[in-house]
Amino acid sequence: MIELDLHHEFADFRIDIGFVAQSRCVALFGDSGAGKSTVLDAIAGLLKPHGGRITLDGQVLFDRARGIDVAPARREIGYVFQDGRLFPHLSVRANLLYGARARRRPASELDRIVALLDLGNLLGRKVHNLSGGERQRVAIGRALVAQPRILLLDEPMTGLHREARQQVLEHLRRLKRELRVATLLVSHLADEVAALADEVILLQGGSVTAQLASAEFAARVGHAPDAPG
Amino acid sequence: MMALSPEEWQALALSLRVGLLSVVVSLPFALGLAWVLSRKRFPGRLLVEALMFLPLTLPPVVTGYALLVVFARHGWFGEWLAEFGIVFAFRWSGAVLAAAVMGFPLLVLSIRVAFDHVDQRLERAAETLGAGPWRRFMTIVVPLSTRGIVAGCVLAFARAFGEFGATITFVSSIPGETRTLPIAIYELMSMPGGDSGVQRLTVVALAVAFAATVVAAFLGGSLWGRRRHD
Repeated sequence: MIELDLHHEFADFRIDIGFVAQSRCVALFGDSGAGKSTVLDAIAGLLKPHGGRITLDGQVLFDRARGIDVAPARREIGYVFQDGRLFPHLSVRANLLYGARARRRPASELDRIVALLDLGNLLGRKVHNLSGGERQRVAIGRALVAQPRILLLDEPMTGLHREARQQVLEHLRRLKRELRVATLLVSHLADEVAALADEVILLQGGSVTAQLASAEFAARVGHAPDAPG
Repeated sequence: MMALSPEEWQALALSLRVGLLSVVVSLPFALGLAWVLSRKRFPGRLLVEALMFLPLTLPPVVTGYALLVVFARHGWFGEWLAEFGIVFAFRWSGAVLAAAVMGFPLLVLSIRVAFDHVDQRLERAAETLGAGPWRRFMTIVVPLSTRGIVAGCVLAFARAFGEFGATITFVSSIPGETRTLPIAIYELMSMPGGDSGVQRLTVVALAVAFAATVVAAFLGGSLWGRRRHD
């Protein structure tokens, strides 16, 4: 469960976002500039908000008033960036194992994640040889092999062509069914959100405008929601 | 003409040893300072940079004199270091120190440019995967800067190999101990019949300097202007 109360001021933009999200897959939906990625950065610890409080499953990650700010490396979060950010000097396999090694955890999940994301034939390759869809699947795998408490997905399908998007979406649905990892998805694409999310938080201009169950969201935007995972 | 005399071999071997050791000794400090200059903003940063560049801009003889003032047996730290058996003045270790000081700015500069080119978003990604500062440095920053680090090492080695002014001022010219190749050339020039020796050692110096410059340009080229491959 994420409890978030976030206040932050950029040069020309102010964010005041608060929500409590309990579902396994929660989506933050809104146009560009709504503050979606800022929320993910704040949860991951990459942005230090000017005010507010963030808790994950009861653990305080950030509390401005109490001076609590857990270092990003210790938050145990899996962050899949929009641009992948794979390590170019490492093989796919080494990328996948990076987080498990950094957290000194056994790579027991590697085989399962590789199978779920169909990465078996990519393991020995360097990342610059991968297509956009393959890169994003590796980025998702890298975050999951480290066994995060929550998976943050920042527009994971933006920039991919139609076929690659469909593939990544299918893999995300499969992960949702099989792994049951808490996920916070950021997207401006309604079909993506409708296909994955159990709960949708609508953001506009730096604040929450509504919090909807997936069926309500689907009805509002005209997409069939995913079957319960 | 090209067969070197035992003394000339000795000078060449000493120069190679001094050059290599000076790079090995200064590399950890250069990596640390390059990282600080590339990633941190702090008061006095400009002063640190200016101090680092001093050996490039000062007359080498002044750098050598400064080393004497600090590390001579009765210098600021010389007496204290001697208690631990560490003596630099008029020793080959002093030649290493002088060469390291003179090559340090080139080493730091090259590594810093390489660090500046590393995409810091990759470091943030590593951070979210649980990597602390040291692990990020060793597994992301250093491997992605390898070409610049090696290019810096080669340049610093070449600078150290050819170091003359600071070395002769700080450790003088003692055969087998501190008489490096440039010092040997200088002394042969003032000796009757030393011309052929000067020519032989000059060819050796040219070959080493040229090879080092080509290697540094090849490795550093992608950082210093040509398109990056990664």
